[in-house]
Amino acid sequence: MLSRRDKLYTGIALIIFLGLLGILNNTLSGYHMRLINLIGINIILVVSLNLTNGFCGVFSLGHAGFMAVGAYVSAILALPLTKKALVLPELPTWLGSIEVNFLLSLIIGGLVAAFFALLIGYPVLRLSGHYLAVATLGFLIIIQVLITQLSHITRGARGINGLISYTNVWWVWGTVIVTIYAVWRIVNSSYGRGMLAIREDDLAAESLGINLTSHKLLAFCVGAFFAGVGGALWGHLITVVNPLSFDSNRTFNLVVMSVVGGMGSITGGVIGATLMTIVPELLRNLEVGITIFGMSIPPLYGLSQIILAGALILVIFFRPHGLVGNWEFNWNFLKKSKNISKTTQNL
Amino acid sequence: MSGTYLLQNLIDGISLGSIYALVAIGFSMTYSILRLINFAHGDILMIGAYSGLFIMVAWQLPLWASLLGAMIFAAFVGMLVERIAYRPLRGSNEEATLITSLAVSIFIENLGIMVLSPQPRGFAIPKFLTKLHTINEITISNMTILIISLAIILMLVLTYFVICTRMGVAMRACSENINAARLMGVNINKVVACAFAVGSGMAAVAGIMLAGQYGRIEPLMGFVPGLKAFIAAVIGGIGSIPGAALGGYVLGLSEILLVALLPAAYSGYRDAFVFIILILVLLFKPAGLLGTLEGRKV
Repeated sequence: MLSRRDKLYTGIALIIFLGLLGILNNTLSGYHMRLINLIGINIILVVSLNLTNGFCGVFSLGHAGFMAVGAYVSAILALPLTKKALVLPELPTWLGSIEVNFLLSLIIGGLVAAFFALLIGYPVLRLSGHYLAVATLGFLIIIQVLITQLSHITRGARGINGLISYTNVWWVWGTVIVTIYAVWRIVNSSYGRGMLAIREDDLAAESLGINLTSHKLLAFCVGAFFAGVGGALWGHLITVVNPLSFDSNRTFNLVVMSVVGGMGSITGGVIGATLMTIVPELLRNLEVGITIFGMSIPPLYGLSQIILAGALILVIFFRPHGLVGNWEFNWNFLKKSKNISKTTQNL
Repeated sequence: MSGTYLLQNLIDGISLGSIYALVAIGFSMTYSILRLINFAHGDILMIGAYSGLFIMVAWQLPLWASLLGAMIFAAFVGMLVERIAYRPLRGSNEEATLITSLAVSIFIENLGIMVLSPQPRGFAIPKFLTKLHTINEITISNMTILIISLAIILMLVLTYFVICTRMGVAMRACSENINAARLMGVNINKVVACAFAVGSGMAAVAGIMLAGQYGRIEPLMGFVPGLKAFIAAVIGGIGSIPGAALGGYVLGLSEILLVALLPAAYSGYRDAFVFIILILVLLFKPAGLLGTLEGRKV
């Protein structure tokens, strides 16, 4: 738990950060603001993924599937009635005649995603390691197939376009703060300690009386809830949702962010998401052809992904637990050094 | 529902299953020794298909030479990947190796996009393979016959290799217990490289067969067959070579038969069926059809 001093520092930092966001929001171009919002959404997704994959050791590759569920549910619910009649004429009447506000659509999107997690998690979480990874990847593929096939609800492969761009910097970063707070509270609760125990040794944890199923399910469902919310925010940022946006590549990208930052740490999730959103964006400039000294280099499509993959392999070789490992951000660096040894809490 | 319709679909299923089986065996071999899920295996299949096309078109060589050349080249690439990406990680945890293989897969796919262009290319097979035989309203192309017979031949050769040669015995020893095998004087690096080479060579054959059947290839063609072959390996019992072959056939057959027997409206759900089968098998037989569960020492 935070001491009063830490609470004060955190509050001040939050106010400064939000003020900075407000200033940036009024000065930066649309492209840069979009990038900042993408960073926030990726932080939501990666921190929630870390709860499942990193803290509880339930290595799931289904995160993009939960994103898709949240994005679609929220898109369908929040679409204005006039547009709904035009874009989705074949909806069941009860669904076609309601329009909820954005906040409620986010929450319902997240809850439906969490419900799916409960449904799939109950049988699948009995597996472990590789088997679990593949089964959750299977869930992702099943969701994609369902979205493509249920075209009277989802418009199939065409996707739902013309969503209202509700998502702005306050929605995104507000959700980021809620996500980080929720995950932090869970990790530091008795449930979170149980999850850590399961990650370290499930057999020992079980013999200590920790209920494996309920702990794993909790991590899985909370992770899915925030994945759904993140997906919904993402859909209303891009204003289009289609099944291809939530394919296995997206899951892999999220896993890469989580691994690069450090799976077992909230700070790691934030750093990984920020870094791996900005770097590919910078590398994208490499993919346009350039001419140097009369020698023209054709556009090298895929180069940025190659560099990313190479970087990922190097991170695993040299820092197998990610850039920050299990370290969490704290305010101890402001304190006199002699107290650090007492207060540092490495998970 | 006539008998010929069923038989026709059975043959199609066996042909698809042969391709899955060839890829799944490679998966299983590397998994049984290293406990490594090689997501890049499907991309080796892509490399095999491209090198086969190159040999046929650029050097104007016949199909058998292209198959052989592609096998050798893919085996080389497989060993290279193992040497560079997987060997430094030997002995680290499951997640690290899983993610590395994902990274290798992304690397190869995008290298393919960069070097070979993302556009699909036509893959023309020699004329005699497209010839159709019709027996009692069942049509079989020479291609299907080639796929099925080649898969069986390769599996027989592999069985001989694993049972009767020194390297095969070493390989089985490593999959039983890699540390004990090392203490007995088995050269682990050699065995692992050999497993990658054999698995990659078989994937290359599967790649050319797949390309021949669909008539086109692209840099991302390996992902879906790679994933499905992995599922086949898990269904059959990952780590067991006969299991992988069985899983491949079970998956190929059930994929084709489910689509054939269910109403046409459900045919789009084909990939979903595959994963539902997988989840069901894992729930009722967690070690797969022919696998054995490893006991845990406490």
